[in-house]
Amino acid sequence: MLEKLQKKERAEGLKPSDRYDIPPQDMPAQDPVTRRGNVNEVALGYTETQARLEAMRCLQCRNAPCVQGCPVRIKIKDFISAIAEGDYKKSLEIIKENSLLPAVCGRVCPQEVQCQEKCTVGLRFKDPTKAVSIGRLERFVADFGSDNDSVPVVAPETGMKIAVIGSGPGGIVAAADTRRAGHDVTIFEAFHKPGGVMVYGIPEFRLPKAIVAKEIDVLRKMGVKIVCNFLVGRTRTIDELMKEDGFEAVFIGVGAGLPHFMSIEGESLVGVYSANEYLTRANLMKAYDFGRGADTPIAVSKKVAVVGGGNVAMDSARTAVRLGAEKVYLVYRRSEKEMPARIEEVHHAKEEGVEFHILQNPKRIIGDENSHVKAIECLKHELGSPDESGRRRPVPIEGSEFTIDVDTVIIAIGNGANPLIRQTTPHLEFNKWGNIVVDENCKTSMEGVYAGGDIVLGAATVILAMGQGRIAAAAINEHLAQKESASAKI
Amino acid sequence: MAHKIVSKKQLSQDVFTAQIEAGLIARARKPGQFVIVCLSNEYGERIPLTIADADPQEGTITLIWQRVGKTTAQMADLKQGDTIDNIVGPLGTPTHVEKFGTVVCVGGGIGNAPLLPIARALKGAGNTIISIIGARNKELLILEDEFAKTSDELIVTTDDGSHGRKALVTEPLKEVCQRNPGPDHAFVIGPAIMMKFCCDVTKQFDVPTTVSLNTIMVDGTGMCGGCRVEVGGKPKFVCVDGPEFDGHLVNFDLMMKRLDAYHEQEQQAREQYKKHKCKIGLDKGSQRNQ
Repeated sequence: MLEKLQKKERAEGLKPSDRYDIPPQDMPAQDPVTRRGNVNEVALGYTETQARLEAMRCLQCRNAPCVQGCPVRIKIKDFISAIAEGDYKKSLEIIKENSLLPAVCGRVCPQEVQCQEKCTVGLRFKDPTKAVSIGRLERFVADFGSDNDSVPVVAPETGMKIAVIGSGPGGIVAAADTRRAGHDVTIFEAFHKPGGVMVYGIPEFRLPKAIVAKEIDVLRKMGVKIVCNFLVGRTRTIDELMKEDGFEAVFIGVGAGLPHFMSIEGESLVGVYSANEYLTRANLMKAYDFGRGADTPIAVSKKVAVVGGGNVAMDSARTAVRLGAEKVYLVYRRSEKEMPARIEEVHHAKEEGVEFHILQNPKRIIGDENSHVKAIECLKHELGSPDESGRRRPVPIEGSEFTIDVDTVIIAIGNGANPLIRQTTPHLEFNKWGNIVVDENCKTSMEGVYAGGDIVLGAATVILAMGQGRIAAAAINEHLAQKESASAKI
Repeated sequence: MAHKIVSKKQLSQDVFTAQIEAGLIARARKPGQFVIVCLSNEYGERIPLTIADADPQEGTITLIWQRVGKTTAQMADLKQGDTIDNIVGPLGTPTHVEKFGTVVCVGGGIGNAPLLPIARALKGAGNTIISIIGARNKELLILEDEFAKTSDELIVTTDDGSHGRKALVTEPLKEVCQRNPGPDHAFVIGPAIMMKFCCDVTKQFDVPTTVSLNTIMVDGTGMCGGCRVEVGGKPKFVCVDGPEFDGHLVNFDLMMKRLDAYHEQEQQAREQYKKHKCKIGLDKGSQRNQ
């Protein structure tokens, strides 16, 4: 089919109707039964033929509505056009003008509510799943170019020191962009491995850690210093970094590191985890290899209930499957339509045998005589009028209690802001939820201090954190340039 | 950044101490705080250990640990000059030190290690210090000399009577509480069961009591909540809200269950490590050193 289309394109050009006729290319994936037993990546990536066919589905709209849907404004139609032409190197270069981590974003961005939501092709079919698969194409070129270890050009050294707190997506982009301007950049990471949520949170089967390690390596090659095991607020405070250690600007990208619990009876029983703990044990500490090298244990579960409907809930449920649980239930208080998780993740979870219990919510967790979880008591819910998020509010149905036997409960209902920076940085302004207040340039109330990602936005996404890292880096570069020219005048 | 072991000593059969290079932590640390140690980047586990002492000039911290799990066993096999890959800290909220008047400091087993810097700080703040330190037997008792120097009065107990008084620490604690005037505050650190019974005693006499908890942790920064305990019926994170809490409000029974959550796996890991040592002949080497 590809050859026929290419021939036609060369001869007479492709009409929109020709492009509409190209079937959307499915993502090859590991077999659902096989993958229950391994942690390897589930989505395998397009073949070259698939990528070129998918790229030919793009209408190359003049107004490119997809770009408006992208938080970092990748020149989507241009990189897709380069794929259609078979020039993958050029395609990757186009993406890299705006995004530092295409291999990551192509995998974990919620494209269906960003670029692909606006895609004309999807709108034409009145079906967002029939939009051009921009994310899969992004991943294709990123993986295709993964042998290319080119390092971005760094401007001559300015000698000005910048501290980046947190090595997640926001911090990585802020560090890269400020380093490109020639500044002396140090990333401080509290964990023993850099990468933030991309290493402790998002599982291997969705984002292989080797990809993250490669991106971190690029930073090192650019000359960014990465200091692990350094908890800003405890090891050194922001004030100490700026007043005593000579850092002239700081980017705070510490994420939303405080798991919410439900405040219900039984939440401290043995076998109840926050999703953060469960995923950190499994991903960062590699507890799936416990007994085969890894030292960190994790619950050996038969029946697991995961509470929540976001991507983190899906990641937890699918991790439990891989750790050998016989039954994994996903308990969510609204209906599937309101789930914040990506459609693809929901689909994968179902394929892997996760049972969905929608319109239900735990009322309490019941323990046995040893304080181990033995069941959850749930209430059925129905949908009422829309709440402030625009989604219909779940209303408990009185007297509808029932129990589900489980030995493990994973709470995945979101994260709040970790209070450590707040407690140790008195001059910094926070909102009532504990998030840092910033202006449109990601500048905080403190001179020289910028912030971005989940600590500003509340729980959001990798790409939004990257977007803010980029804005903050531009503002920091500007701030330091002004500072330098001011001191030059003196 | 690897941390070099400057010196290392065995304090009792299963208890070890080492001075370790960690300049930033040595400068920032306050009594009551702890670090998290992780021995290998790829597969290591993260364990919390209290900072027993620090020398900001030398840039070293002193850790004291008991050989219970795999990582503590592995640390016991490290020698002077060896390095530890990952130490993060200081973590946790420092001890609230003020002049209470007379303070009774009760330590049990390895709990004497975190108690010592607190007793010193309290002494420095002008308190009269009565220390009660105990262990199962003479061999397991640590830091007696150090406590003698810091305390106005020192009571030593062993379960078997091999040293000091044959008693559990709760006995002399009760007597101290019965004195007139009684103590104004108590600090209790040791195994969960000991802290529980000590709190039962001090509660009878209305002596406000601070305990320091050492629960299972992963990150130690508030991110995972694995360390949570029930305090006054509400969940609290030991790593950021603690490690010190009002002992009269802590649900020790639940805490003990949570501490035991990975008991089998911990045993398995320790056994595997022992076997591995035998295979590579490390066990003989470490015996020679002893």
